[in-house]
Amino acid sequence: MTGPKFSFDKPGKYIGQPTERPDTRRLLKGRGKFVDDIQLPRMLHAAFLRSPVAHAKIKSIDTNAAEKIKGVVKILKGTDFVGVVEPYVGVLSHLAGLRSAPQMPLAVDTVRWQGEPVVMVIASSRAIAEDAASEIILDLEDLPAATNAEKALDKDEPIIHSEFDSNLAWERTVDVGNVDEVYARDDVVTVEKQFLFGRHTGVTLEARATIANYDPSENQLDIYYSGQAPHMMQFIYAKHLDMPEENVRVTAHDVGGAFGIKVHTYGDEIATAAAAKLMERPIKFLADRYESFMSDIHARDHVINGKMTVSKDGKILALEYDDLTGIGPFSMYPRTSAIEANQVLNLTGGPYTIPNYRANAKVVFQNKNMMCQYRAVGHPIAMALCDGLLEEAAAAIDMDSVELRKRNLIPDDTYPTTSTTGMKLDDLSHQKALSKLIEMMDYEKLKKENADLKKQGVYRGIGFCSMIEVTNPSPMFYGIGGAPIASQDGATIRLDAGGGIHVASSVTEQGQGTNAVLAQVAADVFGVDMDRVQVTTGDTKTTPYGGGTWASRGAGIGGEAVYLAAEALKDQVLDVAGVMLQSKPEDLNIDNGNVVDHVSKEKRMSLADLARTVYYRGNELPSDMSPELIATRHFRVTDTPFVFTNGAMAAHVELDIETGIVKILNFWAVEDCGRVINPMLVDEQIRGGVVQGIGHALYEECLYSDDGQLLNTTLADYLVPMATEMPEIHVGHIETPTKTSVLGAKGAGEAGTGGAPACIINAVNDILRPLGVTNYQIPMTPNRLLDTLRSAKI
Amino acid sequence: MVDTKTITVTVNGEEYTSTVNVRKNLIDYLREDLGLTGSHVGCEHGVCGACTLDMNGQTVRSCLMLAVQADGTEITTIEGLPSEGVAEELKKSFAKNNALQCGYCTPGMLSSALEYLNNGGKANKEEIRRHISGNYCRCTGYQSIVEAIYDVAENGVSK
Repeated sequence: MTGPKFSFDKPGKYIGQPTERPDTRRLLKGRGKFVDDIQLPRMLHAAFLRSPVAHAKIKSIDTNAAEKIKGVVKILKGTDFVGVVEPYVGVLSHLAGLRSAPQMPLAVDTVRWQGEPVVMVIASSRAIAEDAASEIILDLEDLPAATNAEKALDKDEPIIHSEFDSNLAWERTVDVGNVDEVYARDDVVTVEKQFLFGRHTGVTLEARATIANYDPSENQLDIYYSGQAPHMMQFIYAKHLDMPEENVRVTAHDVGGAFGIKVHTYGDEIATAAAAKLMERPIKFLADRYESFMSDIHARDHVINGKMTVSKDGKILALEYDDLTGIGPFSMYPRTSAIEANQVLNLTGGPYTIPNYRANAKVVFQNKNMMCQYRAVGHPIAMALCDGLLEEAAAAIDMDSVELRKRNLIPDDTYPTTSTTGMKLDDLSHQKALSKLIEMMDYEKLKKENADLKKQGVYRGIGFCSMIEVTNPSPMFYGIGGAPIASQDGATIRLDAGGGIHVASSVTEQGQGTNAVLAQVAADVFGVDMDRVQVTTGDTKTTPYGGGTWASRGAGIGGEAVYLAAEALKDQVLDVAGVMLQSKPEDLNIDNGNVVDHVSKEKRMSLADLARTVYYRGNELPSDMSPELIATRHFRVTDTPFVFTNGAMAAHVELDIETGIVKILNFWAVEDCGRVINPMLVDEQIRGGVVQGIGHALYEECLYSDDGQLLNTTLADYLVPMATEMPEIHVGHIETPTKTSVLGAKGAGEAGTGGAPACIINAVNDILRPLGVTNYQIPMTPNRLLDTLRSAKI
Repeated sequence: MVDTKTITVTVNGEEYTSTVNVRKNLIDYLREDLGLTGSHVGCEHGVCGACTLDMNGQTVRSCLMLAVQADGTEITTIEGLPSEGVAEELKKSFAKNNALQCGYCTPGMLSSALEYLNNGGKANKEEIRRHISGNYCRCTGYQSIVEAIYDVAENGVSK
């Protein structure tokens, strides 16, 4: 941690500006390139027959009728992949004790969740493949299903993997200080609540999609990928299809939303690649919406019993909880399904000084779709849990919850410090963020308005959340545990003969604006107009090696690598210019596409002249000079596992006590993501994240029957937020740059999703609590709230 | 049973005569047969709105229509939106407000927004929100889209 060696005191032409994204031009003309837009010669199409039940033995599979359908080329069963695909296991060595069973792309002898792929049909069109899949007869022998996470560890519950003694995948306990000593005191108040977080999923508007093409003459596998981590997938395809890594190319062009859904290994996608290799021709697989709901990873599904103890003068003394989470029948590969529970343990209470802390998390197998990392992994749970208990505690000691927050938030002048759970924290601004939030929303006025309206039978509430967000992860997140997931990223910048530059970066773009941010940094630091910057991301063959985009790392890590490469290229160019202009490099600078005099800014030569001389007329240069007009630099975060950000958010809601419908009137978010490279894009990340968080708090839930049938598999039944229900979201910023990089940028992609549910839950309970009831189950559907209101004192 | 039928459709001002499978959806015909991949398939059951496009001056869900039903119609997809007038202003406003992230909902969103503006829709955020409620966006949270449409409704087409 060297601290900023460069200061952005004077506004850059691009850094810090709400620059328009060049990518929007393509997308607004209908010229995007999503996976399904790509047609390859001789391409076939895959469809999957999926398990209709949660748990069963496969007795036989009859494909006779399907094979007779004209256009069907090949039908593959799970057994056909044995020996072709090396099984994969979703464990990481730093999550001690985590266990999972080996997975194959298709079920081999047993199906373990409704939606698990069982048979793959390859045909000349997707429609024919689907027709044929529906003609296949699966003879299954039902097995008892373990679907309820709360019963998963009961003695009489079926065990999903016979090689294990129970359905426990992982367990971890954190015990800091001594909570029992606090409970024994008679001058404290303890509040206790159960929190239920329903399962939901990402609902990327473009469903998962893959094209795999195999050329046997060069043993080359090309994957067209709708996802976030090309290099990770390159490793996975190579390892599990027994190929040299360099013979696998993974390319992601436009990606229609990802949100963490598209950073995992899915059996149907591995099967598509394996089949392409077997058949030596391209195969396309597009999930339909029904398949997306059944097989895209789900998230959350936590049952938490928590309690918080405070002193009567408003100091948080202890926090304790048990977390139980159901992850489906396997731990997802390669990131594992234990990370969310681990995040809950690490992050809960992170904004506050809490001297005594005890928590236990149990991660259990169940016969439902798999659960894994989705936007804001663990954050919404950690924040809703701590800030929900804090609201309860404030009410119990009759103190305004904002006051209780102020008394317990880690003071802005105490960094660097360590959270109760051992997380290194630095460059945060909780107190400032909360003050700014209170000012933005005019809290006192709003409170008074709510009280006045209540007399007229209008029920309004305010809910807060102070939060931290994990961003810019170091190797401590995955790499340390053996996962093929890079935490370092690289950037190569080349000066082209025309005087423009080309940036190739290993971070990826799924709509966040990564490409624009990289271009802004490159243009400003190197000294060209942004129109003269081309950016390539999402290609394992042409970009440096790196992790891709997840955990809010694109700008912070990828942006820093571009910064370093731009500085390096600038030095190289000025060395050449110095020779050509017979000046000292330090007397020169690059500005607006020209080499200029550093002091007078007078133009000395254009970059195009310089580049053309180097590339075409090397005879004009001294023969002992070896000019390089390309530079590559990599960056990783060192000395700290994550670069935390902080935020403070609030929601103003109205509850219709007759219908149970919650209307969100207003939402405010103050975010400190360090250096803001593009304020418009940061605001839009916050807003989009908040709306996903609102969806989770009020509408979205993957509903299962007791026997493990997913009940809502259409967008008509699974509700996502629409424009009419969403409020205006007011975003404010505090900029505390991280000292871990020169740019000082942290991530901002997940804060909204992490903090919004807590705000909504707390705002609704702000209404319910005076009526003598509370509800800490999300989504807070009208039915659930009406149930709660039945025992309310109205 | 007849498997195919010949249809004539005008798409983005160009007339096409094609023999199509009678069960083929309009969106698949446009994307696969005509190579117009700007319209997107999101849910294939008429809810998400990504495939919304203009047919004879009205928006339709092209995943809920068969290609044969489009026989004799005039269709405008995102590729055919003019580079002038309200459509161009709207595209500029979308870029300026960052009213798209991944861009997957954008073809349908533009189509619905144009329908609103071309039918005299006012600079009223609540009405705009209601009008685009048949178009899902999972990235933006909608505010920037509402702002983008609002700005065009408010300022009209710059000369």
